[in-house]
Amino acid sequence: MTRLAVPKTYKLYIGGKFPRSESGRVYEIRSHGGDFLANAAQASRKDARDAVVAARSALGGWAGATAYNRGQVLYRIAELLEGRRVQFIDEIVQTEGVTPAAASAQVDEAIDRWVWYAGWADKYVQVAGNANPVSGPYFNISVPEPTGVVAIIAPQSGGSLLGLVSAVAPALVAGNTVVVIANEKMPLSAVSLGEVLATSDVPGGVVNILTGSPAEMAPWLASHADVNAIDLVGAGELDWVHLQIDAAETLTRVLQPENGPDAASPSLARIVAFTETKTIWHTKGLI
Amino acid sequence: MTSSQLAMAQLNTGERALALLGGEATDANLRRYLHGIPGIDAVGLEQRAADLGSRSVKTSSKKWALDKIISLIDLTTLEGADTPGKVRSLVGKALTPDAGDPACPRVAAVCVYGDLVPVAVEALGSAHAAGSDVGINVAAVATAFPSGRASLAVKLADVGDAVRAGADEIDMVIDRGAFLSGRFGQVYDEIVAVKEACRRVDGSYAHLKVILETGELNTYDNVRRASWLAILAGGDFIKTSTGKMAPAATLPVTLSMLEVVRDWKRLTGARVGVKPAGGIRTSKDAIKYVVTVAETVGEEWLTPSLFRFGASSLLNDVLMQRQKMTTGHYSGPDYVTID
Repeated sequence: MTRLAVPKTYKLYIGGKFPRSESGRVYEIRSHGGDFLANAAQASRKDARDAVVAARSALGGWAGATAYNRGQVLYRIAELLEGRRVQFIDEIVQTEGVTPAAASAQVDEAIDRWVWYAGWADKYVQVAGNANPVSGPYFNISVPEPTGVVAIIAPQSGGSLLGLVSAVAPALVAGNTVVVIANEKMPLSAVSLGEVLATSDVPGGVVNILTGSPAEMAPWLASHADVNAIDLVGAGELDWVHLQIDAAETLTRVLQPENGPDAASPSLARIVAFTETKTIWHTKGLI
Repeated sequence: MTSSQLAMAQLNTGERALALLGGEATDANLRRYLHGIPGIDAVGLEQRAADLGSRSVKTSSKKWALDKIISLIDLTTLEGADTPGKVRSLVGKALTPDAGDPACPRVAAVCVYGDLVPVAVEALGSAHAAGSDVGINVAAVATAFPSGRASLAVKLADVGDAVRAGADEIDMVIDRGAFLSGRFGQVYDEIVAVKEACRRVDGSYAHLKVILETGELNTYDNVRRASWLAILAGGDFIKTSTGKMAPAATLPVTLSMLEVVRDWKRLTGARVGVKPAGGIRTSKDAIKYVVTVAETVGEEWLTPSLFRFGASSLLNDVLMQRQKMTTGHYSGPDYVTID
């Protein structure tokens, strides 16, 4: 007797839960060879709105956690990813049509990237912050603080897992919460990453993953008054100039699109891009 | 109006209760009457409420609903930490809910503790309705709110204070302990006495809202009985909850109270108001209530004299939705006040 395969339903990841799209829509995900793989939820602007609400309510807890704790939580994601590498390799081979060796290398690199960014959590402030020289008996200190809710259009080409991780991880380091639109054609590893995040120590709502059309959702996120920054790294194919203009209306910080294999390559600049510098003075002990 | 309604309309509250109860408002007569009311099909009620909550209200209808909701809000602050400054800023918000849009309607009333009524009245100034149809009312919670655990004399003094200070509306709580132990006569007498304490020196009355605190009444049947009791005793409004305990207002409970109000209108021709309070935080929820009112008692009830929302955080959500409809992009909490 043959056994009927049980295909997985790929849903969204919003506020620590896995809802279907509010619109009820799905779209077909096909393998590199054109075979049907799965139906993924096609998120609407209202799912994006719900994701921003979830991200906003998670911000206090995540930004308020100690830097050391955030580093531990991010490192824990790498640990869990390591345990599920077979699943990710399988999905990457199917959707991207690469060799298992190349897929394995991509998963390795994604895991290493989590570790690299996790390490920065309790260190970037020392590098990006400063004790400013003043001509008086007091301190003047500049410290970077998370900017808030960051919307991200994940890279739409290149490695589907690595691209997502490269865009999401740096925004999390400083304590921002994230709403990310995954790779439209290859979203399977993004949803599976959501499952990893849900079972790790990342509080619900800190990362929210939407699958579907960036062209449909990006304008709503760019003009959303409760989004503090938007990373257009994967928006090269969209009308991103208009997205920038919309974002400027509500003083949203913008990162421009990047193309090619080096898109969103690991850098301290990506961490600092999503921070605001607070400068304060403090009295010196005059003993 | 039918002939029986006409006959009822000519009676005053006390005579009407006497006629309906077939005798004095004693425990026994009230019990016979209230327990004679048909029971509620809880599953049917919840199903009906869920059904009414599933209507899709979009574009111009939604815009109308949002403006209507704002004009029906009793903007409330009932914290132990309330200060005159807090009340003044509440009044400011009641007068100008959205500083970015002068077309935004004002709320129906501000609701505060009795001792802060003078502050609210002074802050409202010429915008205070004070018995007229235009302007903003001042509502005060009284009768040892929220528990209602005080002697009748204390409760009446509480009410008298608020009315003398200029409150247009009094939100009283019923004695849930007495109600649940079957002392309906005591609850009835208390409402009658409080109503009398709402009388102003010029002979007019402050509007009386009777809070049933449905979260403590346990069953829909009790909610229906308490609603009848409050209306029989002369309440101008029946209100679900104090907002101090969960569950506060729910859609099924409000639906059952609206049904009582509808039946009372059929029986006597008189209109009684309904005020769900507590737990209504989103525009989406509030729109469900608007639909339920329109479908149960009719759209004529969607006026501040017959329907109110007791809410504080609801207003911000409605304003954000309203901004979304005017500007075309999603708004955020940075664009409304911090309460």
